[in-house]
Amino acid sequence: MDLTLKIWRQENARAKGKFVTYQVTDISPDSSFLEMLDVLNQQIIDKLEKPVCFDHDCREGICGACGLYINGRPHGPDSAVTTCQLHMRKFKDGDTIVIEPWRAKPFPIIKDLVADRIAFDKIIHAGGYISVNTGGVPDANAIPIPRNLAEISMDAAACIGCGACVAACKNASAMLFVAAKVSQFAVLPQGKVEASERVKAMVAKMDELGFGSCTNTGACEAECPKEISLSHIARLNREFYTAKIC
Amino acid sequence: MSNIFTSSIGKKLMMALLGIFLVLFLLVHLGVNLLILMDSRQAFNVAAHFMAHNIVIKVFEIFLFGGFILHIFYGLILQVKNWLSRPIGYNKTNNSQTSFFSKFMIHTAVIIFIFLTIHMIDFYFKSKFTNAVEIVNYNGKEYHDLAALVLQKFKMPAFVIGYILSFVFMSFHLLHGFQSAFQTLGINHKVYTPIIKKIGIICTLIITVGFTIIPLYVYFFK
Repeated sequence: MDLTLKIWRQENARAKGKFVTYQVTDISPDSSFLEMLDVLNQQIIDKLEKPVCFDHDCREGICGACGLYINGRPHGPDSAVTTCQLHMRKFKDGDTIVIEPWRAKPFPIIKDLVADRIAFDKIIHAGGYISVNTGGVPDANAIPIPRNLAEISMDAAACIGCGACVAACKNASAMLFVAAKVSQFAVLPQGKVEASERVKAMVAKMDELGFGSCTNTGACEAECPKEISLSHIARLNREFYTAKIC
Repeated sequence: MSNIFTSSIGKKLMMALLGIFLVLFLLVHLGVNLLILMDSRQAFNVAAHFMAHNIVIKVFEIFLFGGFILHIFYGLILQVKNWLSRPIGYNKTNNSQTSFFSKFMIHTAVIIFIFLTIHMIDFYFKSKFTNAVEIVNYNGKEYHDLAALVLQKFKMPAFVIGYILSFVFMSFHLLHGFQSAFQTLGINHKVYTPIIKKIGIICTLIITVGFTIIPLYVYFFK
């Protein structure tokens, strides 16, 4: 496949960025999107120029490190996959692909396509954990948990914190991320102990960091590589009202 | 509890509660308006008089004005904050699969606000604070002949077109707003959410068709 790439290049956080157009040739349709970028970077390095910076780690779709805004969609045109699991067969020979970093005030650009997503860590630090002393490893069935609640918790825990929800949302809202991190504990007995303090602290941190609010547009759910449902946002709202009012 | 409305979710809660309240008001308003379709102007004038003078309705009116103002106020605050959350936008327009009308809530809101302002000047302020509306007598009691004013307005083509267009945009606002309000309230259920969405569509249809049929009927048949 021969492709034209329009890539956002920005030297550092303070520099003014711009789009630079590159040509890549003989790309295998079976290669991943990041492998295609590796090919491009090798071309650039061979010319003794600076390669395009982009985040990646596991390249197996489970770590949440990669994340590119490709042709107007976070993680590109495939559904329920991260950028590293997007394959070039989803594009056509001769296509022009526009590649941008995540755009949100709380996600400042570090360099090129790398956005600083430490804001998510700050939200987790605010309360996205269980701090009760659980002692030694308990018996798996010591606390009976209904199957449906275990499923809800596991579905929420699938969130890898990649930030696609923020990138997709027209308001740069982090509600789906916060909802997943609240939900994974809220439905379990171990998580209920600190549920009230957790949701209040995480929402306060989310607001403080400058994320937008949710207008129930659904772009986050549509673009989430782990298919986190909007129902978790409704649960986050319920948890928040309960914590504030009760 | 005290600082719930300073949070983004609290502001959304306020928007949702007020939005549902305003939809209920629109349904009541429509009920009264439909009386204009009757042959005699008396029913509409008596109903309008009741709505303007009944003590319970007068108290309700305070909440209604407050509701409108707060819905607009919180909506603006949230919108400005949302714009500030992404100071540098994307080069390529987002083409994620989303609820279509949710993208235009602020635009439809501005159109509804303009309509509301004109509507208030044309009918509410005219009858409350001026002598522009004629007085009629029914059974020895005086009433404002608001029906005559409405019939006169709905004979003006530009007014009819503007009125109908406003309700088309109102329907766009409600199609997203109604179901969105329940999601904000925390109601998301496998069985009930599809029912809520259907009720939202039915309410929107009743309001839009109901309000637009009146000027059309008056213009063509009265």
